[in-house]
Amino acid sequence: MIEKIICTICPIGCEIEVVGDKKNKSVSSLNGYKCNRGKEYSINEFIAPVRTITTTIKISNWKEPLIPVRTDKGVLKDKQMDCMEEINKVEVKPPIKRGDILIENILGLNVNVIATGEAL
Amino acid sequence: MENIDIIIIGGGPSGLAAAKAAISEGANSIVVVERDNSLGGILQQCIHPGFGLSYFKKELTGPEYYGKFTEQLKGEPIKFLLNSMVLNISDDNKVSIVSSEHGFLELKAKSIVLAMGCRERTRSNIRIPGSRPSGIYTAGTAQRLVNRQNLMVGKNVVILGSGDIGMIMARRMTLEGANVVAVVELMDYLAGLNRNKVQCLDDFNIPLYLSHTVTKVIGKDRVEGVYVAKVDKNKVPIKGTEKLYTCDTLLLSVGLIPEIELINNINLEVSKITKGPVVNQYMQTSKNNVFACGNVVHVNDLVDNVSIESEIAGKNAAKYALGKLEDPAKELKVTTGENVRYVCPQKINLDNNNNEEDIKLFFRVLLPMSNVTLRVSVENKIIFEKKALHVGPGEMEFVTIKEKDLKDVTSPIIIEVI
Ligand SMILES: Cc1cc2nc3c(=O)[nH]c(=O)nc-3n(C[C@H](O)[C@H](O)[C@H](O)COP(=O)(O)OP(=O)(O)OC[C@H]3O[C@@H](n4cnc5c(N)ncnc54)[C@H](O)[C@@H]3O)c2cc1C
Ligand code: SF4
Repeated sequence: MIEKIICTICPIGCEIEVVGDKKNKSVSSLNGYKCNRGKEYSINEFIAPVRTITTTIKISNWKEPLIPVRTDKGVLKDKQMDCMEEINKVEVKPPIKRGDILIENILGLNVNVIATGEAL
Repeated sequence: MENIDIIIIGGGPSGLAAAKAAISEGANSIVVVERDNSLGGILQQCIHPGFGLSYFKKELTGPEYYGKFTEQLKGEPIKFLLNSMVLNISDDNKVSIVSSEHGFLELKAKSIVLAMGCRERTRSNIRIPGSRPSGIYTAGTAQRLVNRQNLMVGKNVVILGSGDIGMIMARRMTLEGANVVAVVELMDYLAGLNRNKVQCLDDFNIPLYLSHTVTKVIGKDRVEGVYVAKVDKNKVPIKGTEKLYTCDTLLLSVGLIPEIELINNINLEVSKITKGPVVNQYMQTSKNNVFACGNVVHVNDLVDNVSIESEIAGKNAAKYALGKLEDPAKELKVTTGENVRYVCPQKINLDNNNNEEDIKLFFRVLLPMSNVTLRVSVENKIIFEKKALHVGPGEMEFVTIKEKDLKDVTSPIIIEVI
């Protein structure tokens, strides 16, 4: 199959045409990239696009109702909403330091949800 | 609080970076005044990644970025006045503050750093006709409500403006369960970064309409829908192209303006284009003891640039307070040439303060262009040139010049993109 991918590594935003087979995780041709970073990006984006999820978790006994969090690795693009559902079920309490793991191995994806703010 | 070296107004990223640099320069006592209940400014609500790539060489979220600064400032001789708002700066440099803890205060310092950031343009700034129901927010206000106050602002959302804040809110609202009906952009190009279009709009199949605008809001108590029309090349809506989009919320991401009401009484020179104070390469305003940095000077899209600029302001505010900065002797103007909307600093102070240091000129272009030359010249001589593959109004550019190249020069420096 053919997919047009806009490279997001730098502001030029090259449109890269990737031909390959997603099931076999193989790429047979690449067109339109201007540098190696874009090449690597478009292959990953074709085979298994991932995103860092950034959101908030409810916190009690703290001056603010929410604490900001993110995933410590990329999550497969189409698993974002499933992760959100899981994250929204959680409520935490202080003390929390930046970087503390608030949800371990979310949905078995081998990714943790960590605090980006603090409540100390 | 006697003998204060520097008062910094605003505890956002610019105020924090200025404080850090002022301490390194040897300032002995600093007061940071912040009206919010915590430090970090806008970054507290910017929970998404995309910060720090150039400054920390690492991709951070907003809270992680300012956290690195607050961490470094622990234990330093800085007094943070939170929940405290500066109301006025008088002509004789008295700073009036109301504070929930200390009541009314009047402080005086050897130098002042303005770091108040910017505010968003609202519906009345852009005059959208129609009724006046609830459900119309600026994107940044909605961002604060959703990300800090746990208040969801709506279920079916139209966003006007394709700047980064608008697109990031499109993703944020979607992740929180809302349906983003459309993002509408007046210009015929994307205002924000490509990366945000891919990750915030395309990932969630949110349609983007370029060369379109909202022509009317309908609804009695709550927004019930908006009319969106195509615009012609003069940005005038084309008759017959109007379409109704049903929604309960309209988010406006239509630009930011420096928040400078405070300086009304001290008569600083203000730029007509940036709407912020005019500064020289030390981030010194037209009043020698007043420095300014961050979004109050010009609206920055990358906080990394804010930090660099604010360190310059903090360092020189400290030098001024310690009697180590000479008053400007001769000032050269920096002017804009072909395809440059504005440049900051607008002036170069030619003196003997530190003429070995590079001077960074930040600027924005008027229109997107590819394969261009960024050129700085003075008196028909080119003093700096570099090539760029791509420039756009949404991305700040910079060039670096040396003060020694400006010896004996009297006419303005010109910066152009050709
Ligand atoms: C809604 C929004 C979203 C943004 N998103 C991004 C992004 O995704 N990525 C990125 O790199 N940049 C982003 N930016 C830009 C970036 O956040 C700014 O460049 C940076 O925050 C500017 O820092 P600042 O300190 O100048 O202003 P601010 O962060 O606005 O801080 C100014 C501080 O001054 C305080 N203040 C103002 N007036 C007074 C007063 N009279 N008395 C006391 N305190 C006062 C305010 O409360 C505030 O805390 C965004 C900006 C906005 C407005
Ligand atoms: S391919 Fe290279 S040049 Fe093109 S957008 Fe990607 S990083 Fe930039």
